[in-house]
Amino acid sequence: MTEVPSYLSPTGQEIVLLLLGVVAVGAALLVVTTKQLVHAALWLVVCFGALAGSYLVLTAEFVAWVQVLIYVGAIVVLLLFGIMLTRAPIGRAADLDSGNRPAAAVVAIATAVVLVTVVVDGFRAAYIPLRPGAGSAKEIGSSVFRNWVLPFEVLSVLLLAALIGAIVLSRTDIRGRE
Amino acid sequence: MHVVYPAIVSALLFSIGVYGVLARRNTILVLMSVELMLNAVNLNLVVFDVWLRDRLHSGQVLTLFVIVIAAAEVGLGLAIILALYRNRQTVDLDRLRTLAESTDARRTDAATVTAGDAGRDGEGDRDRGRGEDQVRGRSPATPLDPNPGTNPGTNPGTNPGTASGTGTASGTDTGTNIGTGTGTNIGTDTDTDTDTGTVTDTDTDPDTGTVTGPDPARIVPGPVNGTGDMP
Repeated sequence: MTEVPSYLSPTGQEIVLLLLGVVAVGAALLVVTTKQLVHAALWLVVCFGALAGSYLVLTAEFVAWVQVLIYVGAIVVLLLFGIMLTRAPIGRAADLDSGNRPAAAVVAIATAVVLVTVVVDGFRAAYIPLRPGAGSAKEIGSSVFRNWVLPFEVLSVLLLAALIGAIVLSRTDIRGRE
Repeated sequence: MHVVYPAIVSALLFSIGVYGVLARRNTILVLMSVELMLNAVNLNLVVFDVWLRDRLHSGQVLTLFVIVIAAAEVGLGLAIILALYRNRQTVDLDRLRTLAESTDARRTDAATVTAGDAGRDGEGDRDRGRGEDQVRGRSPATPLDPNPGTNPGTNPGTNPGTASGTGTASGTDTGTNIGTGTGTNIGTDTDTDTDTGTVTDTDTDPDTGTVTGPDPARIVPGPVNGTGDMP
């Protein structure tokens, strides 16, 4: 392993990644604390966008664009549809948090402390010399279709099963066997 | 690029997702928090893939798979939530307590009930339990065993069945209790009778009808078989 540069002189990439990380963590905090349901979904867009930016900085271009396409484009829209179909309150709602908020906060802070401690302790000396183009669509595509073909096909079957399951669950004229 | 920076961001995102899953009441918000946790995992996968320079690109390919699985999960989750909303008119997690056990207070209350109460409870249960609660045993009430209770054991009623009878059965019992006697009820079922409208057949008693004499040792803490089918 190469010698680790100092933490006191961050490179431009690190600064950009830290800023994006601050945006992602802040948006995630707003997702779990905001009083408005629709705003939570929109803050989720911000969080996922910042994560896509982080992937770009980490040279994982293809994953970044897939993140934008699927997470921001599909999943958040799906969540917004869910919010509207359940006739959720559009404005401020007081009852979005349950009664076990303090316990949840304690558990979350404990998780954060443990994870951050372990990560910092374990990877203090790890350093990535970033190489542009390492995660381009060409590289990832050839890897998927050369080494990961079987999981890829199985995944398509899984998507089909999820599709049929969602249809069966949401149609009202399909009854279970009595 | 130090590995620590994105790893810390990922750890923080994961903890925020944990908080959201535990603290939110709206089911869609819980789904969003699950998405946050999945994204934290994705960030970790990408970082370690880039760090280790994996020739197979396992991390990034697995990230793509996780994204696709997350899409399927959100689709199915929303279908479930919509079905729930159609049936219950709420997506509030605190109010969806159908699968919960009955509370401890009610269970102990029902376990220490006396035989007369248990008899009344049994009758009420027979009224409520879809009329299937065929307690046929009229106990002859011998002085040795106040509760011989020839229950034929076809009680598919709403008995969650804690079956902790402590033998407080007095002799005033006139039969139809499914009671707390130390007596010969093989599989002593005590009605805790969670009358929540939906009859949840969690009958416990494996009794097959023929009651053979006083047997104080058989106090079966009945296993809830959940189907109501008597053997």
